[in-house]
Amino acid sequence: MSIRPPRKGENYELSVDLNSEYRDKRKDAIKRVIASMTVGKDVSGLFPDVLKNMQTEDLEQKKLVYLYLMNYAKTQPELVILAVNTFVKDTDDPNPLVRALAIRTMGCLRAEKIIDYLSDPLQKCLRDENPYVRKTAALCVAKLYDLKPELVLENGFLTQLNDMIADSNPMVVANTVVALADIHSSAASQQPPASPTDPAYFTISSQILSRLLIALNECSEWGRVAILNALSRYETQDEKESEHICERVVPQFQHVNGSVVLAAVKVIMIHMRHVTREDLIKQLIRKMAPPLVTLLSSPPEVQWVALRNINLLLQKRSELLSNEMRVFFCKYNDPLYVKVEKVDIMVRLANDHNVDALLSELKEYASEVDVDFVRKSIKAIGQTAVKIDAAAERCVNVLLDLIATRVSYVVQEAVVVMKDIFRKYPSTYEGVIPTLCANLDELDEPEAKASLIWIIGEYASKIDNADELLAIFVDSFTEESYQVQLQALTAVVKLFLVKPDSSQTLVQRVLNTATKDCDSPDVRDRAYIYWRLLSTDPGAAKAVVLAHRPPISIQRTTVSPALLEELLGEVSSLASVYHKPPETFIGRGRVGADTVQRKGAELDERLSTQKALQTVVAGQQAENLLDFDDAPAADGQPSGLAATQILSQTPAAANLLAGTSSNPLDDLVSIFGGASLAPSTPLPPSNSNPLGSFGFGGNLNGLGTPAFSTPIPTVTTSAPSQPANQPQDDLLGLF
Amino acid sequence: MISAFFIFNLKGEVLISRLYRTDFKRSIADVFRIQVVSNSDVRSPIITLGSTSFFHVRVNNIYVVAVTKTNANAALVFEYCYRFNNIAKSYFGKIDEEAVKNNFVLIYELVDEILDFGYPQNSEIDTLKSYITTESVMSTAIEESSKITIQATGATNWRRGDVKYKKNEAFVDVVETVNLSMSAKGTILRADVDAHIQMRAYLTGTPECKFGLNDKLVIDKNGPGGTDAVQLDDCQFHQCVRLNEFDETRTISFIPPDGEFELMRYRCTSNVKLPLRVIPTINEIGTSQVSYTIIVKANFNNKLSATNVVLRIPTPLNTTTVDCKVVTGKAKYVPAENVVVWKIPRLQGGQECGFTATADLTSTTNRQVWARPPIDVEFQVLMLTASGLIVRFLKVFEKSNYQSIKWVRYLTKASGTYQIRF
Repeated sequence: MSIRPPRKGENYELSVDLNSEYRDKRKDAIKRVIASMTVGKDVSGLFPDVLKNMQTEDLEQKKLVYLYLMNYAKTQPELVILAVNTFVKDTDDPNPLVRALAIRTMGCLRAEKIIDYLSDPLQKCLRDENPYVRKTAALCVAKLYDLKPELVLENGFLTQLNDMIADSNPMVVANTVVALADIHSSAASQQPPASPTDPAYFTISSQILSRLLIALNECSEWGRVAILNALSRYETQDEKESEHICERVVPQFQHVNGSVVLAAVKVIMIHMRHVTREDLIKQLIRKMAPPLVTLLSSPPEVQWVALRNINLLLQKRSELLSNEMRVFFCKYNDPLYVKVEKVDIMVRLANDHNVDALLSELKEYASEVDVDFVRKSIKAIGQTAVKIDAAAERCVNVLLDLIATRVSYVVQEAVVVMKDIFRKYPSTYEGVIPTLCANLDELDEPEAKASLIWIIGEYASKIDNADELLAIFVDSFTEESYQVQLQALTAVVKLFLVKPDSSQTLVQRVLNTATKDCDSPDVRDRAYIYWRLLSTDPGAAKAVVLAHRPPISIQRTTVSPALLEELLGEVSSLASVYHKPPETFIGRGRVGADTVQRKGAELDERLSTQKALQTVVAGQQAENLLDFDDAPAADGQPSGLAATQILSQTPAAANLLAGTSSNPLDDLVSIFGGASLAPSTPLPPSNSNPLGSFGFGGNLNGLGTPAFSTPIPTVTTSAPSQPANQPQDDLLGLF
Repeated sequence: MISAFFIFNLKGEVLISRLYRTDFKRSIADVFRIQVVSNSDVRSPIITLGSTSFFHVRVNNIYVVAVTKTNANAALVFEYCYRFNNIAKSYFGKIDEEAVKNNFVLIYELVDEILDFGYPQNSEIDTLKSYITTESVMSTAIEESSKITIQATGATNWRRGDVKYKKNEAFVDVVETVNLSMSAKGTILRADVDAHIQMRAYLTGTPECKFGLNDKLVIDKNGPGGTDAVQLDDCQFHQCVRLNEFDETRTISFIPPDGEFELMRYRCTSNVKLPLRVIPTINEIGTSQVSYTIIVKANFNNKLSATNVVLRIPTPLNTTTVDCKVVTGKAKYVPAENVVVWKIPRLQGGQECGFTATADLTSTTNRQVWARPPIDVEFQVLMLTASGLIVRFLKVFEKSNYQSIKWVRYLTKASGTYQIRF
């Protein structure tokens, strides 16, 4: 009250009205104060005037004053003290609504001064005879913990909360669980983390479990979600207990609230891990399917959350919705985010029986207006072709139809997709090549260009005018993007190896341009390698450039197995929507990124043993790749956010042969500066090998096939995955 | 959980702002304004910036926004937003900028009651209305408040104990929404029914109800189905229905809330009878004209009739004029939406009517082919269920053993989901 507001202006008028002798006028003034507060005007100067109106019989007015207090208590801590008396008196009011209101508001004031007065009334309210007051008080403990944890421990509120799980009122039980879980998570996220024996941790005993299961059937929908969340954290003693929980939770699938259904799915997915009875698992999965489908008739936002989760569930249990593909057909007026997700799921559900329906749908979508969605649909056609061998030809025909529309972005995407089909089914669809080449002039996107060049290079022996076609790109070499340059380079070399007579000059020209006029180190390096290979040992060049490529297949999972398990334990949370571990988006800046790294490292260790075994087998078969023995291969399973974008990192050797580009190591060096990477990058021991200086560990992204992976592992897996992963995670952790 | 709750108008002005946690400042609202309201290309209902996530639902001319900094339960947050919309609708009759502005005090009161410390609390409209009202409540009526609080937390928190009616009545409305996607060749890509059963119960005391349908609840689709039985793929119930009892014995038993509520929802995909059959013949004549011939057939008993039939027939973007000829109803070209709207007020069962039109196009340089969005059909048919479902019984048991009258109505409708491609 040091500075009085000036005697004019809006605030002054309000202050006059707040002190008016008429009740209506005062109440109206409070409303106006709240309205100004909402739009962001500073009305904190009116604090003492508003406070005077606190003591009233009118509940609505009381609530308004409280609302004001909650907003400004922090800025006026000295004045809040004046309100304490009224609050404490209110917690003794005969009216339970008033008692609850007082305790609810006190917890929200967040002023140090008032907290010391909170303990006694809270103690009283936790034991109140009225359940409404008790349930409000339970949450208030969580509020207090958030503000001053010591006070909660000192007063034994936690023990009291634990006792309240046995309360006779289901709503009180639910709110107690909410409060305990909230305290648990804030204790767990502390820096440094509290010790595991910290009383703040909410440990669920088998006794608590049985109480929760009883309350589950009686409490409100939101309470059910809270209890189901708690159940998902329970660690079962034996299989029988897991089965019991599953059986008790299954009825919740029939709840009308989508979040209850998803919370039940989460509990079942977690506890099913310990169930070994096949028939029970089958039954649970079967019961899970219909409610998931029903979620598709919810509002679009809920639908989207459900779809993202269904996507995850299918990665774990592909049989889940095997007969339900039709319900995922897009409606014309679905929002884009829903459509994109549906297409993804449809491809997952594709099989021999429904592929025709799927293709005609996808073809339909490819004629819609939204460019992103059209591209996604065309990509999906390619994925279907790669996934189902029998349908490949039908897919190619659909793609040809689409190319015939001559819509620029449709044609370009179709060309990119065709490349994958050529890769998967070599020498099967050569008849298509003339059609593709006819659209050469229309391509303006690097990825589409690169794809077409790759196709021309690959089939150079069968395309009569391959040299003419490639010459177009060699002419404009310096103007093209790196991706196209790399492809053009490789394609010309391929052409030279199959038709040495007609393309001698072309190859000379491209090598010259690439080594002299090109500013990308990748392109220059590759050109030098080819040059040296061709001049020293054409036989070796042939073995390297024209080597047999490992087949591609569609990936069943988009996240690593360990992350998938983690995300299935997070069903319906934000993490499951993003398909990323929670640390990536709720971390505190760099700290968050660090935790991701740690996680990633743990994960890699587990995977690397597996990989090493495969490597031995593969190494024996890969005679022709011997030249690459010393090459370091950054073949780490990406983790965290990286996993969603860079889906698979392929063996370096195969990568070079395929003529791919975009080496993440190089990219990252340019982002982070060499210093951060240099010490940890294991360089090959023999630098005399011309290949040694070439950074490996690229990914197929350059070729535009993020969804495909080559199953054959690297020749050498000394697993230096750390350097490759680390910077990626760093980068991603920042977002 | 939910750290803050906002309502914005389309300009991005804050209409309601309630912060439940202190993990950020009020200015967070500006971030939303910049990132979502003024961004024309928002491609996801959740936006995460740094570690703050914004969940938004757009309804009429406002945004309902929940903000969180944790790994929140996304489904719960959206369900909560929609619940808020329903509560607001029930209180103010509609939910838009005007309603929010006129009732902001009440909205603050409501959001404080249904959300505490970011966790949803009681959101049953019936109970809320008993203690949050548009008139001011004096805190003197202590007995009354005790009753309310017991109800708000009790095992049957959806019903007051002291309900009395002179005439005990229960109305059951079965409302089925038909989803149809038909391909250009006339094959059915998907036809299913999303339905809900709405109940209005005006019953004295605490009645115990049992409800029966002619369903063959086939969670296991391989099981044998009865002749007249309807196969429901899935059903979901209001929280008053005892789910464990349903799981064990398939009986639907409950103590109904007082007044109107949604008793159950179900989904049905087999043997769906399509009430309206639409046969379109649409040809592009060169680049300057499109000709339409459309026939609509009412495919149900001739004692019934479809009302409010509206067909939205898309036209190419470069249409100048459309010349329509109809025998029944009215047809009009709406240039803003690029559709011809054909309205038929009433269509008797078994009846058939036709539509012919030619659309003239201007020549364009744009080579892009016409995307041909589907024809959308809206209609309502009273006393028909597309799934064939009927209510077998509704039994009411109460201590005082009174007689009650039950009314059942059926309605099959479509709006925005009955689509025919051509």
